[in-house]
Amino acid sequence: MRTLPFLLAAWLLFVGLYGIATSRNFVHLIMCLSVVQSSTYVLLLEVGYRAGGTAPIFKDVPPGTRAVDPVVQALTLTDVVVGVTVTALLLALVLQSHKRSGTLNPDELRPLEG
Amino acid sequence: MSVRTRLALFGVGAAAALALVVWGLSGIPGFGHYGGSYGYVLNRVALPERHATNVVASVVFDYRGFDTVGEEFILFVSVMAVSLLLRIQRDERERPPRDRAAERTLAGTSDAVRVAGVGLIGPAVLIGLYIVAHGHTTPGGGFQGGAILAAAPMLIYLVGRYLTFRRLNPIHALDVGEGAGAGGFVVVGLIGLVAGIAFLDNIWPKGQPGSVFSAGTLPVLNVSVGLEVGAGLVLILFEFLEQTLMVRGR
Amino acid sequence: MIAAVQAVAMITVGVFGALVVVTRDPVRQAVVMGMFGTSLAVLFLVLQAPDVALSQIVVGVAYPLMVLLTLEKVRERKR
Repeated sequence: MRTLPFLLAAWLLFVGLYGIATSRNFVHLIMCLSVVQSSTYVLLLEVGYRAGGTAPIFKDVPPGTRAVDPVVQALTLTDVVVGVTVTALLLALVLQSHKRSGTLNPDELRPLEG
Repeated sequence: MSVRTRLALFGVGAAAALALVVWGLSGIPGFGHYGGSYGYVLNRVALPERHATNVVASVVFDYRGFDTVGEEFILFVSVMAVSLLLRIQRDERERPPRDRAAERTLAGTSDAVRVAGVGLIGPAVLIGLYIVAHGHTTPGGGFQGGAILAAAPMLIYLVGRYLTFRRLNPIHALDVGEGAGAGGFVVVGLIGLVAGIAFLDNIWPKGQPGSVFSAGTLPVLNVSVGLEVGAGLVLILFEFLEQTLMVRGR
Repeated sequence: MIAAVQAVAMITVGVFGALVVVTRDPVRQAVVMGMFGTSLAVLFLVLQAPDVALSQIVVGVAYPLMVLLTLEKVRERKR
């Protein structure tokens, strides 16, 4: 249990990177990118975890109970929503690039001709 | 550069990165032994200072509010860029989809999907508004509630035809809503600046912790973020739907 | 006890992450992506982060929809 969390973060990172490097379809590439992003979320939350702690919401538990770190949760929370919006931007780029070049394969894209 | 050279280069780079990552991860205190001091301080201090029971929300909108302004504008710019990228080009025009298989019968949206969708639109809006309004007391907040609110127009598209959805023509209202959300956040921050303290300082009256009208600026910021995220996501979806169903090459 | 639940959640996330990369067809990958997002939300919940789990769940609705719309647009141009 001591190494599994960080092993998971590194695994997701490198599996996603491998997917990006060997991808033959732009949309597949974008989804592998979001796997890489999720590896950072997992790592952040694991760094902030406190053994025996509960969620840092004190509505129903008395203040002062052992809780996990709220700062990393704040970072990850906005990140998740913004990540989806940036993915939308990437998908729009892929759409327009397909209209110009007719292919979704990164290997077949030629450099811009002036 | 051939594919194999590229893969070999990736292998070398990945191995170096793996070494760095392993070295970095071995220096972290073990899982469960949180070492920083910020978390302890915030958990003790946030409730008495800000009267907000959701400490994460107080970090997002108060203690670290400036980061959230930046993230909100990333969202705003992304939505703007999607609208820009998917605009109608010079050699395209809008045309409603033509039924190319009029002689074949096509199974429309099933009745089960229709009934379930219609039944879910009201609860989706209600739950979204609830989560936005109670973001500073229970888990939730502007980002999550805004995304749930964006699900309601998606359900409208799902249960009906796109042309009916389009006749609602929500683009202007959505644009205004998104701008108001993004601008409202900055205006609330500037009020703090004008009052002579710091940008986004939480100087508004803080009520009883646990009630809806507590924690100063937090409910207002939650509402503005919810507005922006909800409007932004529906705009993105609308642009994609337009592009897929209406825009045709010449 | 909770450590066992966390370990199971982590292994599930790792498996689904690998599956997302290995599935090459984008249409199928969108479905696997939805499952990956759900397992990620469960992991966030077990790591005592309900806000983040809520964000991940609601975002997992918009994501496959956008991907499928893009694929549909691309497919009809290829016709």
